[in-house]
Amino acid sequence: MGAAVFFGCTFIAFGPALALCLLTVAGDPLRVIILVAGAFFWLVSLLLASLIWFISVQLSDRNDAQLQYGLLLFGAAVSVLLQEAFRFAYFKLLKKADEGLVTLSEDGRPPISIKQMAYVSGLAFGIISGLFSVINILADSIGPGTVGIHGDSPHYFITSAFLTMALVFLHTFWGTIFFDACEKRRYGTLGLVVTSHLVTSGLTFLNPCYEASLIPLFLLTLSTGAWAFVTAGGSLRSIHACLSGKRKEGDSVMVYSALQLPGED
Amino acid sequence: MAAIEEEEMGSSCSWRIRGVTELLLRGLLLCALAAGSGWCNSVERKIYIPLNRTATCVRLMNATHQIGCQSSMNGDTGVIHVVEKQEDVQWVLSDGPHPPYIVLLDGELFTRGMMDQLKESPRISGVAVAIAKPRPVKGFSPGSRCPNDGFGVYNSTYGPQYAHCNNMEWNPLGNGLFYEDFSFPIFLLQDENETEVIKQCYQTYNFPHNGSVPQYPLCAMQLFSHMHAVTSTVTCMRRTSLQSTFSINPEVICDPLSDYNVWSTLKPINVSTNLNSTEKVIMVATRIDSHSMFWNVAPGAESAVASFVTHLAAAEAIHKAPDIQTLPKNIMFTFFQGESFDYIGSSRMAYDMQKNKFPIRLENIDCFLELGQIALTNSSVLWMHTDPVSQKSLSVEVTNLFSRCSTSGTGVEVQEIGSTQALPPSSFQRFLKLKEIPGVVLADHKTSFQNNYVTETAESLAEVATVVARALYQLAGGSGNASAIQADPRTVTRMLYGFLVRTNNSWFQSIIKPDLKGILENEPPPYYIAVSKPVNATYLVHYVLANLTGAVTNLTKEQCLNSDGDLYEYAWVQGPQDPNSTTSSRLPFCVRSTVRLTSASSPAFELQDWGSTQYSTWTESRWKELHARIFLVASRQLEIITLVVGIVILIISFVATYFINAKADVLFTTPRDSGAVAY
Repeated sequence: MGAAVFFGCTFIAFGPALALCLLTVAGDPLRVIILVAGAFFWLVSLLLASLIWFISVQLSDRNDAQLQYGLLLFGAAVSVLLQEAFRFAYFKLLKKADEGLVTLSEDGRPPISIKQMAYVSGLAFGIISGLFSVINILADSIGPGTVGIHGDSPHYFITSAFLTMALVFLHTFWGTIFFDACEKRRYGTLGLVVTSHLVTSGLTFLNPCYEASLIPLFLLTLSTGAWAFVTAGGSLRSIHACLSGKRKEGDSVMVYSALQLPGED
Repeated sequence: MAAIEEEEMGSSCSWRIRGVTELLLRGLLLCALAAGSGWCNSVERKIYIPLNRTATCVRLMNATHQIGCQSSMNGDTGVIHVVEKQEDVQWVLSDGPHPPYIVLLDGELFTRGMMDQLKESPRISGVAVAIAKPRPVKGFSPGSRCPNDGFGVYNSTYGPQYAHCNNMEWNPLGNGLFYEDFSFPIFLLQDENETEVIKQCYQTYNFPHNGSVPQYPLCAMQLFSHMHAVTSTVTCMRRTSLQSTFSINPEVICDPLSDYNVWSTLKPINVSTNLNSTEKVIMVATRIDSHSMFWNVAPGAESAVASFVTHLAAAEAIHKAPDIQTLPKNIMFTFFQGESFDYIGSSRMAYDMQKNKFPIRLENIDCFLELGQIALTNSSVLWMHTDPVSQKSLSVEVTNLFSRCSTSGTGVEVQEIGSTQALPPSSFQRFLKLKEIPGVVLADHKTSFQNNYVTETAESLAEVATVVARALYQLAGGSGNASAIQADPRTVTRMLYGFLVRTNNSWFQSIIKPDLKGILENEPPPYYIAVSKPVNATYLVHYVLANLTGAVTNLTKEQCLNSDGDLYEYAWVQGPQDPNSTTSSRLPFCVRSTVRLTSASSPAFELQDWGSTQYSTWTESRWKELHARIFLVASRQLEIITLVVGIVILIISFVATYFINAKADVLFTTPRDSGAVAY
């Protein structure tokens, strides 16, 4: 009975992530390493954030609901900032690793481009944060009960799954934009990424008014996606070219795309 | 997925620890997790309302049968339907479109007929019974019509005309529900507020307005009472013993019902040796326990309480007589545990006496007096039941004496039963089985049990106690003025309050050991025998008896704790509150008494004869959890929609990713100027 809900929600939340992992990451050991290490970095940031929140709750008056809610908001903001800080740390680490890889490579070119790293690390952040936000909901979705006896929305499970899906996408896009901005030292863009992450986090506080949180969140996801697409080198022209089935040649130089498997070198 | 498996497959102990840490971690992580949003309370709390004040029908077994109830391993779930009238059950049995159902039964409808109907239906996955308040007027007994049949004295060789209640059906109201084996769980809802919550949920979601079919989501209930043992005591004890032989980590699957009998003597006797055969003892006995369908709840215990309170009051009264130490015969006050389950306590004591494992032997017993059901109704007449087969003549002396006592200035009349009627189910039968002992069973019923709940007054019980005490005094050869012996109605009142209303009262607090103060609660103790270790009721009877019959000594705490001897037992009790102290300090003291505990576990387990027909073989199954919760169930449609959406998204993801990945070189191009990235 409850298994249908469980699998439905799992596919919604992690279907895209699973497809991306299997088709673009799993084939390349280097990308797998970056994925796992990225997840680890995210976990460490979560550990720190939860420590800060836990200590602040311990030190505060636990019967003051208003204060506790404020602390939760504070904790969420701290967590967002920490996640972005760790994303930056991870970028630095990957840069160092990249230099090492260049010295090893035969033709003096790195075996993986910064854009690819950005995409994989973003996906890693997305998967692990998605897992952590939805795993206990999935555990309870198996049943036999469903949400609602206290008057909550019966669509709790499916909206949570969609939220998670958006979160996985958002992290992937943020990763791409963030690394690119770091690379080009565009601090304004960095600020925009952090702000949009903060906004996302803030939107979830609008739950259980799911219309109020889900719709803006998906709009945000779409726009961030478009931005990331452009950052990664996509354009309307390339979409057009892609749809018309022609290989694009001419004045632009081909690079390893974020999604392409590396060549034989 | 891992988390789910972990929760479901973990074993009991490690599960709890892991569960706690997992919960902590989850709460911690979730709350701190920015993107994970602000659900600070667990998801489970959003879905389920646990029912905290429930009692469960569990599985018991004897040599041949299993009785009671159980759920499946993961609990039984069903849509709630409230049955308040007989007609309501039709919906559950045939009309309702959403089987299986869990029936919320009003207490008054918890009858044999109703349960038989539900039992036969495959559309029932469980029953929750709302406790009946006020109690049903007609009386209710889940016991059998012929209690403890086959374990009394009458059988094919001894008074065959009386065997199997041929002569008299003692408990006509007994519907035998207790001895039924149900394949679904049955829970008793003890808290009216919780019952109200369930009914409200039912009214909101499940109530068929004008016969229309209620729409999803529906209110459902899940009952967990999975039992480890199955079939019979023989099977489960064999499995348990097999495991303990071969397994490093044996898991017991059932335990024998056992506890302790409480006994004391008027004159101290040396418990380390056997009594000289010339010494005679008059044995007075009552039962402590009672049974009901639900584990650790025995609401029909009034009759047992009235009897043993009378017994305690009589013991106190006789101890106040001046010349008791010079009486020719001793008196033994005995309180048996587990009598409801084929005479566990009395059969063990009789067995021990026969095997010389008890300081008093069978030949020391001069006569036997048992207080049966004593709940005086309007007529204050007590009936003396005797055994028609043996020694009617032997008991004449006793009965005559009683008749004399009762006429002398008490409001209670004691009458003999003229006919040749069998003994009612009584502990006395177990002694009669081994040796012909003169004796009577005193009860308020002439024929069958008066099986309605009676509000007995303390005065009437004190009068009965007075009659008993005077008769005992004279039976023991007392030559003094028997009419000076008088039971105290105030003691009876205090005891009734403690045993029937709340054990946490100042008197009980002052008479028990400090380390037992945790057993006192704001409700009466359960009168179910349970498995091993003295249950609260046994402890309480022990310390009340010690207080009423013992003596206060001026020993210090150390002396008191170290001075248990062959003649007396010493107990260091809490004492009353210090009136001169503002803090809650107490004035503890040392009580010396002859009150002792002795094992009340069936000889069948001593002999490892698990299929015994002579001795009680009742065992209680082990279980992992007993709990109930309510929640909503979603419609199948919504579930399928979720699944379909999930699968569609999965497929789209794969197709899109494959497509984009294949065309990535076209899609993602970099303008020349920014092309020379880091390398």
